[in-house]
Amino acid sequence: MSRYLASRAVQTVVTLALMSFVVYLLIGLMPGDPIDMMIAGDPKMTSADAARLRAVYGIDKPLMERYLAWAGQALQGNFGYSRSFNQPVLAVLWPRLLNTLVLAGIAFGLATAIALPLGIWAAHRPRSRADYLINLLCFAGISAPPFWLALLLITLFAVTLGWLPAGGMADIRPGTPWPAALAERLRFLALPVATLTLVQLGAYTRFMRGAMIEALRQDYIRTARAKGVPEGRVLWGHAFANALAPVLTILALSFGGLLSGALITETMFAWPGMGKAIYQAILDNDYNLALVGLLIATLATIVGNLLADLAYVWVDPRVSIAGSA
Amino acid sequence: MTAAASPRRLAWSRLMRHSLAQVSLAFLAVLFVLSLAAPLIAQLRGIDPSTTDLFRRLEAPSAEHWLGTDDLGRDLFQRLLDGGRVSLLVGLSGALLSAILGAIVGVLAGYLGGRLDSVLMRLTDGVIALPLLPLLIVLAAIDPRKIGIPADISQSETFSLYRIVVIVALTGWTTVARLVRAETLSLKARDFTRAAQALGAVPLRIMFRHILPNAAGSLVVATTMSVGTLILFESTLSFLGLGTQPPAASWGNMLTGAQELLQQAPVLALWPGLLIFLTVIAFNFVGDGLQDALDPRSERR
Repeated sequence: MSRYLASRAVQTVVTLALMSFVVYLLIGLMPGDPIDMMIAGDPKMTSADAARLRAVYGIDKPLMERYLAWAGQALQGNFGYSRSFNQPVLAVLWPRLLNTLVLAGIAFGLATAIALPLGIWAAHRPRSRADYLINLLCFAGISAPPFWLALLLITLFAVTLGWLPAGGMADIRPGTPWPAALAERLRFLALPVATLTLVQLGAYTRFMRGAMIEALRQDYIRTARAKGVPEGRVLWGHAFANALAPVLTILALSFGGLLSGALITETMFAWPGMGKAIYQAILDNDYNLALVGLLIATLATIVGNLLADLAYVWVDPRVSIAGSA
Repeated sequence: MTAAASPRRLAWSRLMRHSLAQVSLAFLAVLFVLSLAAPLIAQLRGIDPSTTDLFRRLEAPSAEHWLGTDDLGRDLFQRLLDGGRVSLLVGLSGALLSAILGAIVGVLAGYLGGRLDSVLMRLTDGVIALPLLPLLIVLAAIDPRKIGIPADISQSETFSLYRIVVIVALTGWTTVARLVRAETLSLKARDFTRAAQALGAVPLRIMFRHILPNAAGSLVVATTMSVGTLILFESTLSFLGLGTQPPAASWGNMLTGAQELLQQAPVLALWPGLLIFLTVIAFNFVGDGLQDALDPRSERR
């Protein structure tokens, strides 16, 4: 086990290093460079000054050299400053990462809690009316553009009914009793969480349904039923236990992607999360912030991958990692 | 069913039994014809969809403007059709491009195997590990001059269209590559492949004449489904202001301004989104129907 984990850790580091180079390269291809910003900010600057600044900041050096210099600094924990926030990049991203984790975590939990029973129910009665209806809802969930879903929810609950705030985050005054503070926080969370939940729901339900149908087709299910095992136990004890492995894998993968995938929802509801920060950084040419934000998001998907593999081993004792390591 | 029915006819009849796929096909056909004929329709109605008229903003539907006007006084119906052309074009050509890319990567990795396989599959895994949405945004924000594309070309309208097609295709090929690789691995061991090998067919011929045609069924299903996904990507990018650039219409960029106008004109937010939704779901239903039709196992269910 520890040998497997060690080899996976090495693999993760190598992937991350490669990805950091790709992302560095891509960010470098965005319009302008940091010196252009300084020129724009100071009309008295001459082109000789600009060239000198480029030399000072090392922007005239070849790509590989610049990347290695950046990576060297990054390894020492120095990720540079965000241009638009005038703060160290990590100081900007850290609270936003926490905000995203709150939003994505609740939505992910809700989506899973609804999708798994729905998928099992549909799989239990394939081709029934309930299955047909659930399938239709799944397709609707997969096909709805997230930003449009957000617009519809805002129109209905914020503009027309006026029940919920259209965006932003609760501003809790110190001294507010905690139940009131919590209620206020939840009011601001409701619409973004609903959007993000609906976006994920369809895909998860379909995965669960597919895995469950596959499991229910197996011979041991027929055996169990023939022996007179109660249907509830067949469903939960036999089929669900076996369908769980592939579903857990996909769930772990999805959660990793959700940290940056919440970008649209965060932007629509002005939720100060990481996805919104990355998007804003790209628009504002805030290179350092965009770069580190993208790397954190990449790390999240890689960790999601790792968790998916570990979950598989944990749920399915037939898979042994000792052999594959 | 007659015994002499060809596999293709069988597949067609199975597809037609999938009622949602039928309705979807009809919807897509109407949409396709209408959006291709949009300039003609505009001429017949005597409306120029690009003319702005600030005195006639946000008008209610009338005989002249069937769905009313937008915030710049342009005819909404006509702009929806123009947007449809962009969405369908980007979705279809992007899906085709990613299918070609993915099929080549997948069949090479699966058939030749060895080191090439592991390199190509690591590459695929790497692309999958990248955060999709921010990556799309970065790609859309790239300055084309920095990769050596002359300024006059990079500013043209057709270039921005091609650019979105390439961007969505670059992120879409991985699913197809994995699928085709898996199919290739199983087809590689089949007798007809061995027979071709024994007859001395070169690997290239085996891959493209024997393996890929036999993987065509699942390739078609995956490509159809990905059209919907790519249309979603395009509309998302355009919504964020990084895809199709105004004044050219796209369903995504028509929604950009709609959020500020929710109070005054909630209808503006309704139509483009509804069309994205219906188009994407239609492609998914057709894909689902094709899966049932092309998968012989579905007969048993």
